[in-house]
Amino acid sequence: VSPTAEEEVWSAQDTTPSAIEGAMRALLAKRHQETGAVSPARVLNMIVICDREYRGEIENRLQKVGRYHPSRAIVCAVQPNRKTLDAWVSMAAVHEGPLTVSRERVEIDVGPHHLRKLQTILAPLVVPDLVTLVWAPHGHGEAEDALREMAQVVLVDSLDDDCAASLARVASLLENMYAVDLAWLRSTPWRERVAAAFDPPYARRELFNLDAVTVRHREDSVAAAALFAGWLASRLNWKPSQLAGHGGTLAGRVKTRRGEVKITLEPVRADVPGLAGVTIGSADGGSVALDRSPGGLREVRTGRDGSEQSFTVMGASRGEGGILGEGVRQALLRDRTYKPALAAARELIG
Amino acid sequence: LTAIEQDALAEDNPLTDGLERLPVPHTTLVIFGATGDLSKRKLLPALYNLAHEGQLPERFALVGISRGESSDDDFRAVAKESITQYSRREPDSDVLDALLARMRYLSFSFDDQEGYKLLAEALDEIDEEAGHPPNRCYYLSTAPSFFGVIPERLREAGLHKHPEVDVRCVVEKPFGNDLKTARQLQNTISKAFRESQVYRIDHYLGKETVQNLMAFRFANYMFEPVWNRNFIDHVQITAAEDLGIGSRAGYYDSAGALRDLVQNHMMQLVALLCMEPPVSFDADKVRDEKVKVLQAIPPMTEAQVSDCTVRARYLAGVDAGEEVCGYLEEDGVPDASNTETYAALRLEVRNWRWAGVPIVLRTGKRLARKVTEIAVQLKEVPHMAFQDEGSEGVVPNQLVLTMQPDEGVSLKLGAKIPGAKMRIRPVTMEFHYGTSFLSQSPEAYERLIIDAMRGEATLFTRNDEVDAQWSIIDPILKSWEDKKPRMATYEAGSQGPAEANRLLGEHRKWRRL
Repeated sequence: VSPTAEEEVWSAQDTTPSAIEGAMRALLAKRHQETGAVSPARVLNMIVICDREYRGEIENRLQKVGRYHPSRAIVCAVQPNRKTLDAWVSMAAVHEGPLTVSRERVEIDVGPHHLRKLQTILAPLVVPDLVTLVWAPHGHGEAEDALREMAQVVLVDSLDDDCAASLARVASLLENMYAVDLAWLRSTPWRERVAAAFDPPYARRELFNLDAVTVRHREDSVAAAALFAGWLASRLNWKPSQLAGHGGTLAGRVKTRRGEVKITLEPVRADVPGLAGVTIGSADGGSVALDRSPGGLREVRTGRDGSEQSFTVMGASRGEGGILGEGVRQALLRDRTYKPALAAARELIG
Repeated sequence: LTAIEQDALAEDNPLTDGLERLPVPHTTLVIFGATGDLSKRKLLPALYNLAHEGQLPERFALVGISRGESSDDDFRAVAKESITQYSRREPDSDVLDALLARMRYLSFSFDDQEGYKLLAEALDEIDEEAGHPPNRCYYLSTAPSFFGVIPERLREAGLHKHPEVDVRCVVEKPFGNDLKTARQLQNTISKAFRESQVYRIDHYLGKETVQNLMAFRFANYMFEPVWNRNFIDHVQITAAEDLGIGSRAGYYDSAGALRDLVQNHMMQLVALLCMEPPVSFDADKVRDEKVKVLQAIPPMTEAQVSDCTVRARYLAGVDAGEEVCGYLEEDGVPDASNTETYAALRLEVRNWRWAGVPIVLRTGKRLARKVTEIAVQLKEVPHMAFQDEGSEGVVPNQLVLTMQPDEGVSLKLGAKIPGAKMRIRPVTMEFHYGTSFLSQSPEAYERLIIDAMRGEATLFTRNDEVDAQWSIIDPILKSWEDKKPRMATYEAGSQGPAEANRLLGEHRKWRRL
């Protein structure tokens, strides 16, 4: 929420959760007395746990979330050696067409020792009955664990040096919460386009005749590539098995009902995280390739006779701000295909 | 393929499960009237937004047709300007360029058979380029007089069908000018297209909040027990505009308020409000239920028209602090105009659920406020237990579903005023969509265009619905034309004509605008 002239602010040092909660109620009452038209937003609570030194960067990212901004954002900035809680509360009136909606933001400076019992600090501060989303972009897994019972959704980004550990961590969190994975969301346009490429009746039969899948990804986005391949495997009932590494590329064969499919996860130079391209080939020699291009994705279809057709699949990049916004929106939805895709991706990565 | 694989293919594409945006079949969209106002303000910007969000299929082409001589590049320039001006988001230049590259333009008069040969050549070229022929979707965004002509010419040119792909025809409103012309138009269109190929636009149905009416009714158990004649006193449906007719005098004076809004949009609201729960949300299941409601509204006799309808015209007045002229003084309105700018009517849905419940509708230009809402007023409580003044503040519960401008739901309840005495005051419990859903709603036309391309007809009006709507309105139009009842008047910027109050009967009042 950008500070506005109508923003009310409260702050305190060495404070307590009940004092913060009291301040929020007082600010809300004051806001209503001054401008009765303000309605409290009731979408979701968002709890962010970040390193204090990078708090500014996180705030910038949250600002770019734009219209998907949560109703109540609570940022817990972790500061080494801190023993007490300092807090800052802001209540801003945001004009949404004919409505004026209040958005609330709380920032609490906490110490590392607070993280294991974070639920006792945050319980009075979240709006009851709303979905609570937790996001820990700088690690702090102990805080995520502390909030397993309180939060319903965890926002993760399987963009990690240790892809296997990253995917295992998400699988663990899924035991208690629904996970929204930014790496998964980055692959959404690719999944939509692959689904569309095989949607016409004349193309759909090829789904059961595939023999090769190559996923090109930025070097730090192995997880996104594995999730994409895992998605195909889980949707098409393949039996995934561990891929072997060859100089950064992971490759191997997975069993299908009719034979095998060669899967290759290939790192390439790319400006943005996530996937850079996908090629899906069928046993008869045809293939569909999708790659980034200006104005959307470039689709090249190669026929079994070697003939080629290419199209631009129109679409604008959402950018990382848009991806995070989409992650917040997805907290209110449920994608039942992620969990099986994750399980298959873990089999592929080993 | 194995039997299991064949079964899987016979059902759904296994890759679409879980996707929010489902694949759209390859389509060539042909817009007749491509340089017209609707196309420039709504259709082209909607197409851009669909492209921006990656919703258009990879094989997509647009053929714009209008009478004016122009080149492909000229048309692209017009499209670019329209999109830049009217799109709900700032265009991304790469996406816009990619979309413009898919556009081509043909210039011919819609009744000129030779022009359709040009169209056939263009479509053949597009099919050739695409490899597999894309579906064809003709969008009639022309003057209504061409709604019958174009399907006829398409049929004569053999473009109304294709051996390999689906051919669809989207028809803008108004569908006919009365019952007779609507049926004539339907007869003409049905010679070229089967009902399943025809998509009649009522853009109200593309609005999120109108679709929410179904969610509100059929996703909440608590309302169903009271949603009938035993608990509901009456229903008020309002579609009020604060603006005048602007530059639309030519169209508006030939249509009037009854045709412009009541026959289509407001009748759809009545149907959605009163329909029984559909077995599923398949297009025909929903439309079957809607048409039952419309068919349960009997056409009025002349005496009923006199008792149950009011027509009026705005006079000069003050709107938003500014003096504004009356309807007859508006540019382009004939001095002898007999067109109403306000219409109100009382209907009854004669079935077990609704018999005896007055459903009153009002719409008008230059009223006090812009609002579209449905107000469902429940009956009074059967017994007042509070003594004397304790009962004074008790008013019947009222549930208001607002479509615009502030989308939401409010419920009026009685609550005790704090203090020693038992005194009641009505309070409002409000829900605003804007506080709970932050996503930007797509424009109605985005949803409708993509649905037409996907062959999803739920949000389009079926022929029997249109017929039933006109069957309700036609006797009123005829009586107004034949009997020429006195035209009531109201001041611009007011609540509307006083004559409309009688439609509600005693002890009831219109909600204040």
